[in-house]
Amino acid sequence: MTRRRPVRRAVRYPVTGITLLGLVTACLLVPAGSARANSLVADLSRHLVAITTGFVGTDVLLFGATDDAGDVVVIVRGPARPVVVHRKSRVLGVWANTAKVTFDRAPSFYAIASSRPLAEVAPVTVLARHQMGLDNLRLELSWLKASPNVARQWRAGLIRNFEAVGLYRAEVGRVLFLGNRLFRAGIHLPANVPTGTYQVKVFHLQGGRVVSAQTTPLQVSKIGAEAEVYDFAYQNSAMYGLIAILVALMAGWAAHMAFRKA
Amino acid sequence: MQIYLPIAEMSVNVFLLLGMGAGVGFLSGLYGVGGGFLMTPLLIFIGIPPAVAVGTEANQIVAASVSGVLAHWRRGNVDFKMGLVLLLGGLAGSTLGVILFSFLRGVGQIDLVISLCYVVFLGIIGALMLFESARTIRRRKTAPGQRRKLHQHNWVHGLPLKMRFRRSKLYISALMPLGIGFLVGVLAAIMGVGGGFVMVPAMIYLLGMPTAVVIGTSLFQIIFVTANVTFLQAYFNQTVDVVLALMLLSGAVIGAQFGARAGAKLHGEELRGLLALMVLAVCGKLFFDLLVTPSDIYSIGVVR
Repeated sequence: MTRRRPVRRAVRYPVTGITLLGLVTACLLVPAGSARANSLVADLSRHLVAITTGFVGTDVLLFGATDDAGDVVVIVRGPARPVVVHRKSRVLGVWANTAKVTFDRAPSFYAIASSRPLAEVAPVTVLARHQMGLDNLRLELSWLKASPNVARQWRAGLIRNFEAVGLYRAEVGRVLFLGNRLFRAGIHLPANVPTGTYQVKVFHLQGGRVVSAQTTPLQVSKIGAEAEVYDFAYQNSAMYGLIAILVALMAGWAAHMAFRKA
Repeated sequence: MQIYLPIAEMSVNVFLLLGMGAGVGFLSGLYGVGGGFLMTPLLIFIGIPPAVAVGTEANQIVAASVSGVLAHWRRGNVDFKMGLVLLLGGLAGSTLGVILFSFLRGVGQIDLVISLCYVVFLGIIGALMLFESARTIRRRKTAPGQRRKLHQHNWVHGLPLKMRFRRSKLYISALMPLGIGFLVGVLAAIMGVGGGFVMVPAMIYLLGMPTAVVIGTSLFQIIFVTANVTFLQAYFNQTVDVVLALMLLSGAVIGAQFGARAGAKLHGEELRGLLALMVLAVCGKLFFDLLVTPSDIYSIGVVR
């Protein structure tokens, strides 16, 4: 029987020691949050916003509870879509669009609410990582032809335009705590919100770190007569065009008949 | 009370739309024009995307023109043969116009082109109308009741392909109406107008048609050209908002009837002078907007 060459004592103990050290370190480094992964629960008052005939905007309530004290930040993001931005310059005295840039994926809606001012809730690195706040929104250009300074101006142009129509909100809303655990936040969607699946992200922060997060979807859809008109216009365009003409012809004829002298 | 417009994808006050329709309809009934040149800039001003404003306005003009032409037809004031030739040119022109429109929209220059077209054409027509009405008012005061020739012959009468247009008492080349119709068709597609403000002076001065027949025939042509624009814009660009059009034309057809009645009671020359001033005012505003530094040089475009 061949005797196995014994592992030399000088090698065996350090190997075991390192392995044990590694295991202990791993146990210590496991974030404490995972043991309390459910320290945050949140839900919306409704998950469907129906755009109907008299839609003037609406409010959705977000509510939830945390296991311990801390801050809660809520971010509502609309579906990401490509956005084209134009820049004007003076051509022969007239202002015309002379440059164009496409942002591959920009959220079509953005709103944020927090229990305390963002600067007090977490350091800039954490805010930037989770894109908390309009300044930290990541809007990447598909290609970067120009310097970062110019790219920043394009980005600022996009944000300004979306803010002007009410789709991006720079002002941070309030997350109200009732007692120490229960919180609520009102989410306002203006009349011109785009349709699609929105992501409502709720973060629970303690000591400037995100300890728990939850994402819940919010669906915004056109429902009812308007939706059917829209779908018909896009799916049966030719028939829609003919019907539009017919409606106009009949309306003109009806008006003439109504006002005709007897 | 707000209504949500499905294609424009925004909410607008119902009474604002009805009021706009009635106001522009009144003016159109008063002057015998479609009113598109006032309505389209107004729609853009209240926030409707320009492409939807142009497509929807074409739809509304169909209704206004039908309402107007029926009244003229009952009095025998429509030259159908001339109207047919005009509309053949118009159909070709408007089809080209919609294609051009789609292309310009894709490269992000549609707003600029619409504004430039408005400035150029409204400026020319407005200035011409102002001079004409000033001259007529002055002549009315000095030498009333002058006999004029039936029509003056100019270079137009030398063109080939002559046809007889009995109702207009004309024996004239068909190329001219075809050309006018074509130009008007292109304008209708790009500017969202009926084109009457170009066609009516052209019919009077270039073709030499009697004034009584001009408005009815022009409305007849406008119906077909704007219907064509409506269909093409709906089919290719999906920019016709039927709900918006219905709101506008409800007010417009009523306003037009009152306008036509008011127009019958007032002097033609003063009326044309007022219209000329209004046209020049819209032109001036659009021109000014082109030159003044925009509030934001960055703007959002359409994704193609």
